Amino acid sequence: MLKIQKKQGLTPKQEALLRIGTVVLALICAGIIMGCLGYNPFKMYVQLVKGALGSKYNITATVAKCIPLLIMALGVSIVFRMKFWNIGAEGQFYMGAFGATWVWLTLPDSVPGIVMIPLMLLTSFVCGGLWALVPAILKHKLDTSETLVTLMMNYIAVKWITYLQYGPWKDPAERNMPKIFKFTDNATLPKVFGVHIGWIIALVLVVVIYILMKYSKFGFEISVLGENPQTARYAGMNVTKIMIIAVLLSGGICGMAGMIQATGNEGRLANDISAGLGFTAIIAAWLAKLSAPTILLVSFLFAILLQGGSFLQVSMQIPASVSEVIQGIILFFVLASEFFANYKIVYQKKEVR
Amino acid sequence: MDNVCVRLEGICKSFGSVKANNNINFEVRTGEIHALLGENGSGKSTLMNILSGIYNPDAGHIELFGKPVSFSSPKESIAAGIGMVHQHFKLVDVLTAKENIIGGSAQSGFFTSGKAMTSRIREIEETFGLKLDPDKKVYNMSVSEKQTCEILKVLYRGAKILILDEPTAVLTPQEIRVLFDILRGMKEKGCSVIIITHKLAEVMEISDRVTILRKGVSIGTYDTPTLDARQMTELMVGRPISLDIERAAVEPEKIKPILDVKNLTVLNGEHLKALDNVSFTLNSGEILGVAGIAGSGQKELCETIAGLDKVASGDILFKDSSIVKLSPRDIIRRGISMSFIPEDRLGMGLVGSMSIIDNVLLKSYQNMPGAFMNRAEGRRIADDIIERFEISTPSPYHTVKKLSGGNIQKVLLGREINLNPELLITAYPVRGLDIGASYNIYDVLNEQKKKGVGILFIGEDLDVLLGLSDRIMVLHEGKVMGIVDAASTTKEQLGLLMLGHTEEKV
Repeated sequence: MLKIQKKQGLTPKQEALLRIGTVVLALICAGIIMGCLGYNPFKMYVQLVKGALGSKYNITATVAKCIPLLIMALGVSIVFRMKFWNIGAEGQFYMGAFGATWVWLTLPDSVPGIVMIPLMLLTSFVCGGLWALVPAILKHKLDTSETLVTLMMNYIAVKWITYLQYGPWKDPAERNMPKIFKFTDNATLPKVFGVHIGWIIALVLVVVIYILMKYSKFGFEISVLGENPQTARYAGMNVTKIMIIAVLLSGGICGMAGMIQATGNEGRLANDISAGLGFTAIIAAWLAKLSAPTILLVSFLFAILLQGGSFLQVSMQIPASVSEVIQGIILFFVLASEFFANYKIVYQKKEVR
Repeated sequence: MDNVCVRLEGICKSFGSVKANNNINFEVRTGEIHALLGENGSGKSTLMNILSGIYNPDAGHIELFGKPVSFSSPKESIAAGIGMVHQHFKLVDVLTAKENIIGGSAQSGFFTSGKAMTSRIREIEETFGLKLDPDKKVYNMSVSEKQTCEILKVLYRGAKILILDEPTAVLTPQEIRVLFDILRGMKEKGCSVIIITHKLAEVMEISDRVTILRKGVSIGTYDTPTLDARQMTELMVGRPISLDIERAAVEPEKIKPILDVKNLTVLNGEHLKALDNVSFTLNSGEILGVAGIAGSGQKELCETIAGLDKVASGDILFKDSSIVKLSPRDIIRRGISMSFIPEDRLGMGLVGSMSIIDNVLLKSYQNMPGAFMNRAEGRRIADDIIERFEISTPSPYHTVKKLSGGNIQKVLLGREINLNPELLITAYPVRGLDIGASYNIYDVLNEQKKKGVGILFIGEDLDVLLGLSDRIMVLHEGKVMGIVDAASTTKEQLGLLMLGHTEEKV
């Protein structure tokens, strides 16, 4: 007879083994599915890695994919620690990109990049933060569910960009194509080692957020609030203030991702530049257990899958959505592994005497 | 012997590295009341959970009426005639007693024939001398009625062996007497009763035999009349221990009013009066005990003074200035410390998933300079508290929820005392602690009292309240029924006040 038993917590080593084992199993499972569909899974994985890391060009592309994903995952991780379920990274991303574009369109072209880019970054932070603040205030005042409100506000943000793209901000030079003006050089992120400087910003954020969450008083307050709001109040913490600041920070960082993606990777704002990364970021943050260094690792692995997946399309005529299938399988396996982190299944013989 | 109805042999059960039950032998005779005595964490509940099929033993045999059995679920043990009444009642609030009783029982089909059920329940009530209206909704019941309902439930399912887990913890002395009469009645009808407890007086009063557990090992089974309280304690704790609670004397010049609560009314979530026109004065160097049935306003009283609940009317003066409008943080800064041990012991005051260090810093971090946590200082304070309060933990980095209940409470109380408060509010500080640890806590409170700290002590055990406090305030449905002198009051008088009789009638 099989029985489920609770087990004691894992040591960090066991935990790491469990996670790695889970991912390996997921990849095997995905391989079997691919095999059933008539593709050679071994070749597929080789091609996938090659497509992501095989050449300097490919690595550059992978890193570029990783940047917005990483930044948004960092952004949502802050409030997830507080158990505030911000799934509106997409919307905050677009509003941040919108704010940055607005600054660029408003200021004269003569403003040099050294002034223009920080201003755009700052505006994107403010816009993303304010966008996230709306659900926070609604939650505080009316006790609405932040999960629903952040989600629904994503659609408002996308539609707003679409309106601008087809309407007021449409570049007449693009003739019949509905496209927003292309950023001039003073609004484009400069490159370092072949990739725009977004990667430096992202790495700085990893360090800053790691220190913030682990060593600062504010990070401590966020954790206490997430674990036990009653205790937070009891200990004299200003719960509302902590929530507002954390949400502003979270939304702001996601907004910065929008600015970086628009000016660094895409060259112009459009209603599809997030490519769903705002949702992938939630998965990445969750899989990384909200730890900033692990988020870096997980985001990069996801970027490999994404970039490798689009390479498969060219090299093996496998649809790029394969990488999404693999992502989905990995997620399922990791969620299932949570169970094995806390419980074990034991075989117990029924006693017969 | 022939009349043995339950025999447990060589029961072992481990949780991780902890041996909760180590080779325990235990037997109960038909028609006896058998007390299972032991401190918290001695393995009483584990053993009974094995008997009632909730846990599977790692090793050992269970025999019921001479036949070997093996339960893989509570359902099977119920079918075999074992009924357990848990400490925390498992009743559905919005249903009636009857519905709770028949729900989930094997005899009920898809449709329930109401009248037949009612008459069957009445029959059981008459047989065993229980009193409960089967059509009363659970949310309208008092604690003792809920307990009666639980007992009815297991009897209805045909239990021949009744297990009661700490049944008296939530009852007043008067209610305990009624319960004991019921248990004696059941014994006469040939049922066996196992009563889990750590209160010696009750063991002496009700049980025929007693089995004493200590740290997962059975110390032995004795005929109750052959032991006295002192011997029992010694067997239970493993060393001689004084049972007297000291009431510390304080130099008169240290005693002056520190907290003045005036006509305080507080509303709860449903806008009902949780506290109704409460007035009292607390002196420095004094322990003011608060007695009352659970839910009589104790929690609201603590939370209101700590600034967590809103005051509807009235005033709270701390050293002659009102603290009603202050934020919890400001109240902490004035030197008022509140610690409330809820039933799960972690609900308020501690963060279970964090280390001892982080929990120790929970209140003091705000007064430390800079934007970063000073965990080196936290480590120092934590080491200090661990040493002073003899907290057993592998390290100060250990997660609090992995500590034992007693140690968790010591972390909480240690932190509060370490803040050097002038007013210490402590609710149920010994909840679930073993005897030794409890006396440690009483000593700590007395020590604070001698230092001139004013202590508001919300307690459960009336013996402790009477022994430790200088005065006792009794709450009933949010009203103060009376403030009595602890030295000249009896348990029965307190019990009457707790039930809502006013002081004049006592």
